[in-house]
Amino acid sequence: MAEKMLMKGNEVIGEAAIRAGCRYFFGYPITPQTELSEYLAKKMPKVGGLCLQAESEVSAINMVLGCTASGERAFTSSSSPGVSLKSEGVSYIIGSDLPCVIVNVQRGGPGLGGIQPAQSDYLQATKALGHGDMHFVVLAPAYVQEIATLMGEAFDIADIYRTPVMLLADGALGQMMEPVDFEAKRERALPEKTWAACGHGNKRKHNIVNSLYIEPETLENTVLARYERYKAIEENEVQYDEYMTEDAEICVVAYGITARIVKTAVKAAREMGIKAGLFRPITLWPYPKKQLAGLADKVDKFLVVEMNMGQMVDDVKVATGCKRPVEFFGRTGGVIPTPDEILAKIVEMNGGAK
Amino acid sequence: MLDKIKNRICVLCGHYGSGKTNVAVNLAKAAARAGKRVCIVDFDVVNPYFRTADNRAELTELGVRCIIPQYANTNVDIPSIPAEFQSVFISDEFCIIDVGGDDGAIALSAYKERFEECGYDMVYVYNKSRPLISEEDDAAESVRYIEATSGMRISWLVNNTNLGEETTARTVEEGEDACLALSERVGVPFLATTAFKEVKGITREGVFYMDNATKRLF
Repeated sequence: MAEKMLMKGNEVIGEAAIRAGCRYFFGYPITPQTELSEYLAKKMPKVGGLCLQAESEVSAINMVLGCTASGERAFTSSSSPGVSLKSEGVSYIIGSDLPCVIVNVQRGGPGLGGIQPAQSDYLQATKALGHGDMHFVVLAPAYVQEIATLMGEAFDIADIYRTPVMLLADGALGQMMEPVDFEAKRERALPEKTWAACGHGNKRKHNIVNSLYIEPETLENTVLARYERYKAIEENEVQYDEYMTEDAEICVVAYGITARIVKTAVKAAREMGIKAGLFRPITLWPYPKKQLAGLADKVDKFLVVEMNMGQMVDDVKVATGCKRPVEFFGRTGGVIPTPDEILAKIVEMNGGAK
Repeated sequence: MLDKIKNRICVLCGHYGSGKTNVAVNLAKAAARAGKRVCIVDFDVVNPYFRTADNRAELTELGVRCIIPQYANTNVDIPSIPAEFQSVFISDEFCIIDVGGDDGAIALSAYKERFEECGYDMVYVYNKSRPLISEEDDAAESVRYIEATSGMRISWLVNNTNLGEETTARTVEEGEDACLALSERVGVPFLATTAFKEVKGITREGVFYMDNATKRLF
């Protein structure tokens, strides 16, 4: 597949995982991410891999736990309600210091919600998908091409820091088709998995993968060691993108598919003489705090645009130390904002067209 | 392309994302503009969004009767075929049936006898840029799979090879060559090549030029 192919976002998630050397997928179908299972059901057997439809999301995430404990790359995928079901397993995986990749192709919520695209799992993904002191890396692609790159990187980041990495997409990105090529991703040095429970052959002490610690002090030390790794992640793994922010007065902050809609609105605002720009976090955890703090010294106002009720607003306020006003525009419930609606909000914040 | 379709019912099938909806919508528009009475059916039971229903307003304005599943583009996953679909078999319109990809063809099998009574052209839409049908062996398997799933015979192959907005004349022409080879391989005649109007410099004959009917988000 040297030349470009026309692919759905969901298919690219599967193909990129295979190219990252992942041979184990455990999932349960749910709209709007089912094409991923379907693609892997066809492709995994051809590369000697396994695509297993579990009896539930809970089973799938625990199969990931068992598989990754043996040192193999493994991943699971679902959409919002299914990801909620996985939360216990995610916490156990973190408590066991295991790498894995979790995909959430978001749909409207809460509850069963609906099957149309949403970004209303931002807080769940970035703050607490599961109990305990924990973080994990959250990557938010905005392009089908970027899914290919980030999915490859996700497995490396997971292995380097022994942490789950979430690819946080949405239904629109999962369903839309764009040309993609699977260019070589950044080569990274990967640590040996000396912890893997994969058979000791009487040659070493046996490895135990576990999230239970009898002594509180031992658990505390384990958590502290994990937070040292989180510090390293915050130093090394922040990714973001900027568009026309150099001289921007109104800086729009948006991620994922919404950032592309915002980009159209920013272009239109520029044509009207309004100095708008776009800041797009690619990693939602670690959050690009320093970069936003820098922008707060240059711009007049921030506007957060999301497909939810404003879940990222507080992160922008904290990152910028509330130096500038932060306003919000969003649609929710599976409704996708239009470039015109966003432009109208930018014009309003500008006090009308200049 | 339209002149070669002899039956009143034209079924469009193919692999996921091969561009069936785009071809269906443009075929309906062309037929309506040529003065035909046209009906289009969103027969997709597998795809949650980006479907014929997105083009309803434009098609209705051209006088095309649209049969759309009640729950298309809503928040629920109920892939039902509306009862109105049965009118296709008793009307005198030119009827275009836009079927869902791959396993979506299973919905056709329920109406196989009615299609046979009325007569139909079934068109397999091919896009060489789709990874699971890019190789000839896989494409041939896909053609046979859809025939086996629907219990119906494919009458024509259409080359709709494209890379979305990055499509070039070369993309289209290489797709046509692959589609001609596939036609030879599976013994199904080649109908035409379809391409977006924006693609310039295609040197092949008889290309059916189309608007991009895919819903734009940005």
